[in-house]
Amino acid sequence: MELIFEISKPGRSAADISESDVPVFNIEDAIGKKYLRNDLDLPEVAEIDLIRHFTNLSRRNFGIDLGFYPLGSCTMKYNPKVNENIAAMPGFTGLHPYVDVESAQGNLQLIYEMQKYLCGIFGMAEFTLQPAAGAHGELTGIMMIKKYFEKKGRKRRVILIPDAAHGTNPASGALCGFDTVELRSNSEGGVDIEHLQSLMTEDVAALMLTNPNTLGLFERNIEKVAQIIHDKGGLLYGDGANANAFMGKTRPGDLGFDVIQLNLHKTFSTPHGGGGPGSGPVGVGKALIDFLPVPRIFKTGDKYSWSEKFPDTIGRVRSFYGNFNVIVKAYAYIRSLGAEGLKRATEMAVLNANYIKEKLKPYYDLSYNRGCMHECVFSGKRQVAENGVHTTDIAKMLIDYGYHPPTIYFPLIVPEAIMIEPTETESKETLDTFCEAMIAIAREAKENPDGVKNAPLTTPVTRLDEVLAARKPDVCWKKT
Amino acid sequence: MDYCPHTPDDIKQMQAAIGVAGIDELFADIPKKFRLKQIPDIPSALSEQETVSVMSDLARKNKLPQLTLTGAGAYHHFIPAVVGHIVGRAEFYTAYTPYQAEISQGILQAIYEYQTMIAHLTGTEIANASMYDGASAMIEAAVLCAKMSGKTKIIVARSVHPEYRQVLQTYCWANGYTVVELAYMPSGQIDLNALQNELDDQVAAVLVQSPNFFGVIEDIAPVVDDVHKKGALLVAGFTDGTSLGILQPAGAAGADFVVGEGQSFGNPLNYGGPYLGIFAAREKFMRRIPGRLVGATKDKKGRRGFVLTLQTREQHIRREKATSNICSNEALCALAASVYLAALGKNLRKLAELNIYKTQYLKNKLLQLAGWQEVFPAPVYNEIVLRCPDSKKVNEKLKNEGIIGGYELQKDYPELENSLLFCATEMVSKTGIDRVVEIIK
Repeated sequence: MELIFEISKPGRSAADISESDVPVFNIEDAIGKKYLRNDLDLPEVAEIDLIRHFTNLSRRNFGIDLGFYPLGSCTMKYNPKVNENIAAMPGFTGLHPYVDVESAQGNLQLIYEMQKYLCGIFGMAEFTLQPAAGAHGELTGIMMIKKYFEKKGRKRRVILIPDAAHGTNPASGALCGFDTVELRSNSEGGVDIEHLQSLMTEDVAALMLTNPNTLGLFERNIEKVAQIIHDKGGLLYGDGANANAFMGKTRPGDLGFDVIQLNLHKTFSTPHGGGGPGSGPVGVGKALIDFLPVPRIFKTGDKYSWSEKFPDTIGRVRSFYGNFNVIVKAYAYIRSLGAEGLKRATEMAVLNANYIKEKLKPYYDLSYNRGCMHECVFSGKRQVAENGVHTTDIAKMLIDYGYHPPTIYFPLIVPEAIMIEPTETESKETLDTFCEAMIAIAREAKENPDGVKNAPLTTPVTRLDEVLAARKPDVCWKKT
Repeated sequence: MDYCPHTPDDIKQMQAAIGVAGIDELFADIPKKFRLKQIPDIPSALSEQETVSVMSDLARKNKLPQLTLTGAGAYHHFIPAVVGHIVGRAEFYTAYTPYQAEISQGILQAIYEYQTMIAHLTGTEIANASMYDGASAMIEAAVLCAKMSGKTKIIVARSVHPEYRQVLQTYCWANGYTVVELAYMPSGQIDLNALQNELDDQVAAVLVQSPNFFGVIEDIAPVVDDVHKKGALLVAGFTDGTSLGILQPAGAAGADFVVGEGQSFGNPLNYGGPYLGIFAAREKFMRRIPGRLVGATKDKKGRRGFVLTLQTREQHIRREKATSNICSNEALCALAASVYLAALGKNLRKLAELNIYKTQYLKNKLLQLAGWQEVFPAPVYNEIVLRCPDSKKVNEKLKNEGIIGGYELQKDYPELENSLLFCATEMVSKTGIDRVVEIIK
């Protein structure tokens, strides 16, 4: 497809500008020539061509509304339409962040109540909604841990991170000046307790644990893990990317987690927008409240307000108050579902994942054969060994069957990983036809491996040369 | 409403297929003592109609102003209808990050086009797919400069947005860097002598903004010279993105990184977010910059296509060696920016001119009032600092008439007593300004 620059023609525009109703003057004289630019090489297109361009681009994109999207660890559940309408209400979109608090009482109430709801769902003492994404929340959480030990006057150097962890975990630890040390998984896919005991010293600030972990498995020894960490004065950090596995069934605060970050765009159904905006609230236990980012929200009588007066705060991590409009959608979602609905969402998500696991078990190798939570992880190693067909090939063939592929090659500890997260919003029929497609691909891998390796055939482009893209990077179009 | 399609019979069949007698068996790994019976503090479920009603009530509790004269990092601009229609397409907004390129060509190409427009607007060679907001774009650039050079001192102009400086303090504390703030001159521009004094061989980066927080346009070229002479890098921000429609971009003056808030391009005020951080750089930093990057390549048949590229920079692969942990961008906000910029095209300059005219008109009218003065004589774009006899009283009067007045600078700059930072975009009419002056009188 042509680029917007390639359909540009001098003299066209899709947006006109009002004539000035105030006196005009020579800007060059007023501001100074050296401060002004001469060129402005933006596309020039008519409105109809602009709309066709972007509409045609949208047709080359796959979203949840087009089909099943079992992308593991990403919780691609349906994004209720009513929440989009609500978030577009002028009362929510129209306010400047520096408007006086009296004019923003609706927004402040929403933020306040959202924090309270999240405290209830996750068993934490307080939440901040300021971080803009999950990784941002992680960084915020680790900063609070750093501050906590600084305040105690005991500098700790190390953060423990399981080998199955998201890649952002070690990056977040390192960005706060910690050394990260890898913790092994045991044969059941859980924390290797003996290894943890051997690593846990008074130099360890925290363990960053995802529970259930990225294998979709719940940490059965969580109580023991928390005890080992806490006995040495360490803190337990929870990566809440997988909260759709336990919301309403158990609470991180009760399990011993001191900090947890969430992803509203996963668990609370706000759309991912093709890679953002997200929202990454962070919840803390009592010991860490003082370190929360500012500003923090307060309720006095019926009035809500912001305050920055917290001497031990880590400070600010984003401008203004976070991705407010995303929070509106998540708030509406929580109100729609209510306590029972949230719990049912988790139950159906876990039911769906286990159903897929059972149906595909005969055809693909399970990384760990035990009950999973909201996602299940297979390995494509049988297909590699027997037919030379890799997980990438299986993923690409799924595209031809009309599905978005699962997450692949993650977690890193599973060779040829295929990580399937169906979410609760999919029907049995959808799961059945998806499983039939997976089974058909397993069969095709045996009978016609080259066919699988050539997939996809139904897309506007076939497999792309990623090596070329990295070797000779072309990240901005240039006129030739 | 819970959006789960299963019927009781579906559930029964699925349980049988799994081999469990009930749902709770699926949660057997959770130790009994930690199993939750009921989530506390959550109201009962609502029907769709009830949800809309509850949310409308909340939205109505907010008081929408008739007129906004505050900018200060978030700008009220007109958004052409095309923007909402495109970002409202579910193919875009219900997609995840484009990991599977073959079915994500739409957003990938749109981001490639965005990167191209941003690089051009900022006068640089490359731009990433966007960051969280203007603050994160600036801070990520500063941290990168420190990581690349191994130096630990960051100089930031006091005329940079106060909240950006606060975020900078947080990140620099976490990384063990020192932050030094740089004074501004009576003109409102940064003090080059003070800069010379602070520049030593430990400085990784110098952070400025143009237009700066006071609306004042900086002369970037001499700053670039000084900074480069001392082996440091210049990170140049901007306030309102529409200023790039008319002002010489910092990249053209030689800045190493050009960063800023992109909200002005087609994104509503949204009480502060979601916005998008614009991050542009010189080509030589391509393999080091944080965030996502889309590159053009070819498919097996030689057709042009787009992929996420240079991901070895990212935390997925480098893990603890990554220079940033940023994963997501603000793709949908960047898409809005793309559509906005493509819709305006060369009219972006006309829009910028209109902002300048309106701001000068506002200034001239307010300066006719007794006791009002212009604080900084240097040229401005669409924001201006004016000192008045009683700034609190002015804003109070305006608020009572449904108008958001100027931003009170004193809380961030104690020396700027009774000084208000006003912003007049194209959304402010002559009639509106005349009314403002009448109210203040």
